[in-house]
Amino acid sequence: MGLLALFRSKPNSASIAKERLRIIVAQERGGRGGPDYLPLLRRELLQVIHKYVNVDPEAVQINLEREAGHEVLEFSVALPEKPGE
Amino acid sequence: MTEIIVVTSGKGGVGKTTTSASMACGLARRGKRVAVIDFDIGLRNLDLIMGCERRVVYDFVNVINGDCTLKQALIKDKRLETLHVLAASQTRDKDALTEEGVRRVLDELIAEAFDYVICDSPAGIEKGAHLAMYFADRAVVVVNPEVSSVRDSDRILGLLASKTQRSSNGNGGVKEHLLLTRYNPRRVASGEMMSVGDVKEILGLDVIGVIPESPDVLAASNAGVPVILNEESDAAAAYGDAVSRLLGEELPLRFLEEPKRGFFARLFGG
Repeated sequence: MGLLALFRSKPNSASIAKERLRIIVAQERGGRGGPDYLPLLRRELLQVIHKYVNVDPEAVQINLEREAGHEVLEFSVALPEKPGE
Repeated sequence: MTEIIVVTSGKGGVGKTTTSASMACGLARRGKRVAVIDFDIGLRNLDLIMGCERRVVYDFVNVINGDCTLKQALIKDKRLETLHVLAASQTRDKDALTEEGVRRVLDELIAEAFDYVICDSPAGIEKGAHLAMYFADRAVVVVNPEVSSVRDSDRILGLLASKTQRSSNGNGGVKEHLLLTRYNPRRVASGEMMSVGDVKEILGLDVIGVIPESPDVLAASNAGVPVILNEESDAAAAYGDAVSRLLGEELPLRFLEEPKRGFFARLFGG
């Protein structure tokens, strides 16, 4: 690092890395411990929805919640503002 | 009491074998009886890092198959009397390692009153990695401060918590430690590299060591002398601290800051 570098400000890529990891790790930990079929279920549901509505794969969320005695499989799709686009 | 420690990471090339070799040497130097086992079947490398590649006669798979005794396959280190290496087989048969076979070898090491068995895991999450961690009491998760390494190590944490003997028999699970390697304090200070605090926060693990990035690591593997044995190296001192922490000592982390440079060095770069 020379004298000039002192005046150049770089984007802080470490904080970007940390933020991205925080999100992906939380998401992957959430899916852990659930049944193995969840990722496949998600993909197949997405294919079916795709036949009717053009949704972003990111807009499909599957959550498995465990409560005393029962499990709830929650499935939510955020539809695009103008369907079909 | 024998303690079985897996050195694992998920991602390749982060320093598992370097860490296994140095931790094994460090423990042996403290008078412990140590066996270090290469679980990377087909891609034997620990022998090179330990500098005993020309003394491998029998390997891990030979012991499992009953071609030789464990004693015949264990290579005694020439530098440290209480240190032994069990080389991986170069076979291409992926099913050469079996849970039953690995259990038998570990049971024999326990019966022989080894203090520590270090299992050097292969990269990935296939059979070799699974068996390296399956019987572990503790895990040293080797991580580079880099996105793919951190993510992969979290995947490994998931497996340690669900696919190990200790996780399934209710023995309190595998105790996990974080070991950061290739740490570059200058790049951390300039915001180009995640800090030890960042990685610790994301993974939620206690830190057993931070190994600074150092040319001594390559020099050590070139020479076949584990880096911890290089008295002049910061990386060696950092591995020495990690071994002390493994033995229960409480030490502050070192080498987290860039060594001070003179005014002219800073002005003219370098």
